[in-house]
Amino acid sequence: MNLGKVIGRVWATQKTKSLEGQKMLFVQPKTFVGENMGGQVVALDTVDAGVGDTVIFVTSTEATIPFKPALTPTDATIVGIVDRVDHESRSWTPHPSD
Amino acid sequence: MTLGKVIGTVWATRKDEQLTGMKLQLVREIDADGTEKSRMVVAVDSVGAGVGEIVLFAQGSSARQTELTKNKPVDAVITAIVDKMDVE
Repeated sequence: MNLGKVIGRVWATQKTKSLEGQKMLFVQPKTFVGENMGGQVVALDTVDAGVGDTVIFVTSTEATIPFKPALTPTDATIVGIVDRVDHESRSWTPHPSD
Repeated sequence: MTLGKVIGTVWATRKDEQLTGMKLQLVREIDADGTEKSRMVVAVDSVGAGVGEIVLFAQGSSARQTELTKNKPVDAVITAIVDKMDVE
């Protein structure tokens, strides 16, 4: 999994059936100390995350597991909202504004 | 998923027969603010996306998680046509 910050949202009416009703959020992947890392991804949400939240997201085929048995073509899914990160060089509590 | 823009279509008559009937679109990755990135893929179109449209596409084995692409030799599928984006 990776850490990321939810920076926005995507809406689409014309989409694969199994994506209906799924919230799609823009996530900027982050390093463990909160710096940007790589390109943005669009992730399905399973924990009611919102813009500004720092989240844990899973990628690759494992991203489809929360939706089993439904066939869901996702390669990025948010599976947790971060309260706090204890890291050897920086422990931090994520804030929507940072 | 990754944000992309459909920039073309690929036609192939001689191909793995499991790809028959699938529309193959050329999709270029873009950033949330629309800047085009270098990465491009050939993706199966399962939602009827046209050239120029902003789409989402899934890659890897996740791309086989649709009725159309299940157990097929496909690693990229267009899953949605974007209506609206909101980015901080």
